[in-house]
Amino acid sequence: MFKHFISLQWKSFWRSASASSGVWMKIFMGFWAVYFILMMMGGSFIAYKYINKELCLDPLEVVSRFLIYWWAFDLIFRYALQKMPIINITPLLILPFTKNKIVSFALGKTMLSFFNIIHAFFFVPFSVLLITEGNASLLNILLWNIGLIGLVYANNFLNILLNNKDSLIYGVGGVMAVLGGLHYFGYFDITQYTAPFFQGLYESQFLFVVPIVAAVGFYIIAFKSFVKDLYLDAGLATKSKTAKTENLEWLDRFGKTAVFLKNDIKLIKRNKRAKTTVLVSALFLFYGLLFFTGAVEAYEGPVWKIFAGIFVSGGFLMSFGQFVPSWDSSYYPLMMSQNIKYREYLSSKWWLMVIATFISTILASGYLYFGWEAYLAVIVGAVYNMGMNSHVVLWAGAYVKTPIDLTSNKKAFGDKQSFNIKTLMLSLPKLALPMILYAIGHYAYSPYAGYALVALAGIAGFAFRNMVFDKIERIYRTEKYKTIWAYKQKK
Amino acid sequence: MIGIHNITKTYAGNTVLNIEHLEIPKGDSFGLVGNNGAGKTTLFSALLDLIRPTTGYIENSGIKVSESEDWKAITSAFIDETFLIGYLTAEEYFYFIGELRGQNKADVDALLAGFEDFFHGEILGQKKYLRDLSKGNQKKAGIVAALIGNPEVIILDEPFANLDPTTQIRLKKIIKELAADPNVTVLVSSHDLMHVTEVCERIVVLDKGEVVKDLVTSEETLKELEEHFNK
Repeated sequence: MFKHFISLQWKSFWRSASASSGVWMKIFMGFWAVYFILMMMGGSFIAYKYINKELCLDPLEVVSRFLIYWWAFDLIFRYALQKMPIINITPLLILPFTKNKIVSFALGKTMLSFFNIIHAFFFVPFSVLLITEGNASLLNILLWNIGLIGLVYANNFLNILLNNKDSLIYGVGGVMAVLGGLHYFGYFDITQYTAPFFQGLYESQFLFVVPIVAAVGFYIIAFKSFVKDLYLDAGLATKSKTAKTENLEWLDRFGKTAVFLKNDIKLIKRNKRAKTTVLVSALFLFYGLLFFTGAVEAYEGPVWKIFAGIFVSGGFLMSFGQFVPSWDSSYYPLMMSQNIKYREYLSSKWWLMVIATFISTILASGYLYFGWEAYLAVIVGAVYNMGMNSHVVLWAGAYVKTPIDLTSNKKAFGDKQSFNIKTLMLSLPKLALPMILYAIGHYAYSPYAGYALVALAGIAGFAFRNMVFDKIERIYRTEKYKTIWAYKQKK
Repeated sequence: MIGIHNITKTYAGNTVLNIEHLEIPKGDSFGLVGNNGAGKTTLFSALLDLIRPTTGYIENSGIKVSESEDWKAITSAFIDETFLIGYLTAEEYFYFIGELRGQNKADVDALLAGFEDFFHGEILGQKKYLRDLSKGNQKKAGIVAALIGNPEVIILDEPFANLDPTTQIRLKKIIKELAADPNVTVLVSSHDLMHVTEVCERIVVLDKGEVVKDLVTSEETLKELEEHFNK
């Protein structure tokens, strides 16, 4: 029986349109996997050495202290990213499998998830170091690891139980943030209460049973609720929210462009994927902190300031803009057969990016705290974003042919299109050019000359707007049939 | 009104459409029938310039569809759910299409009022986005959206599929009314021979991409079609 399931899985992986069409995609995914693995392994060495040599503390003790945060972070991370195993169950329901088999396969599949395995790359080298260099007892380290494995799997099944219970996970996140804050400022230290448990996993010879029991318990609960909900109108139902008709008449002042602008705003408000993207772009606002606070030494050079400026003001432009026109992929044939001038369609997307950049720039006024020169970098970055990058992004978008499933967050991070050679080439002028321009101005004359050069390039972009739009329009037109075809390839 | 000239479409050596010449005059109500894979949707997609034919060209009101976009102002279509915007409510969708076709809200409302029967209280005023409607109701919304803005050419792919019997009858009435207007050309495809013979004045049968029958509808048409497909 399981043989069938596994062969189905195998086929669904290799035959999905995106997998078969993109060797690049696999390389890209592989790259990230290796990157994370190396990060985890490197992290374990650095953590051990740092705690041992610099802090002169017992690495095991320190790590055990912070495991409570690790645990909470893992849960939140899973909640945001780990896929639920329910997809593709429906066609199996009426076949002569018992429901228990289907569920145990689905749950079993999640056990092999990357989210579970990744932890081993930190804890295994760390444990080896503890034994070889720290003279920890082999048996106890083993028990400690078994306990942690229990915790990882407890999280795995807990995450399944928590699926779609947003309020709960926000609660956990909020409590952890507050506790972390209290800890940092020295008011209350939660780790004092939790460290004995994690330390106990090592010291006592029976405490490891607790996480194991928890994992098994969560498995049983998840299993039962899954079996119970294996109906089209229960666990497998797609949830729909009550809809409200909106007019957004205040946008009508933008004339013809408003038709699309209104639609784009609804798109962002009503679709999970688009909302996530906007959230990510809001995080870019904080990216500048790394540069302007001097937190990262590598970013000290003056040229990096303009880099930060571009990112802080252009978060939306980069994250949302790079997928134009894929946002409209699910109804692209409609758009293409309607009485639409490409130029109006494009200019509405352009306005959206310009407005968002403007708003980001205002929100970024907090950087005035680091001196007005920091904020000047943001403003200059914004001018460059509006004038140059908005056009470059639209241009690159003409070659993007990845359909977007608006209703799911799948693939929200890392898509094969990010590895499209053409879009890669076009990302150079987005970041490298302003940095080069600034460097020329900065080293030849003064920092202000650098800013002026970058801002001028941005303004020049405005002047060429019509020419650039003509060019983009032509590309859109010649790529039209290919794009329609590609958008039809679901999954 | 619509002229199809030497159209072929080939996918990897496999010809799915091959029509030497087909003329659809203004005011015609044109029915397209054929089995799965006969090329009905391919033909309609080519008419809308959504796929590029391998050879030949299509004219709509004297405009080559692949060269100019001026035909879009007078043409509307509902092919499948990719013509719906899933995250809009039905009203928002109608107004959006209306705005694209130069109709204000009042115009759209006036048009929608005439379809109250057809909607059967399941489209307007629902607290649902289009993506959450049933297949049949999605189709109703799509068909009516294709009628917004007084189009002169209306293309409907399989409009009867997924509709309940009452709605099918109402849809037939709607299409007949459209067909009665000498300025409106209606193109409909269907698997249901009875429906097509009822609403269309002319029926073309496609088989493996080729026109095998071109009939003016009469008493005998249904029988002739049934015999053809019963081979």
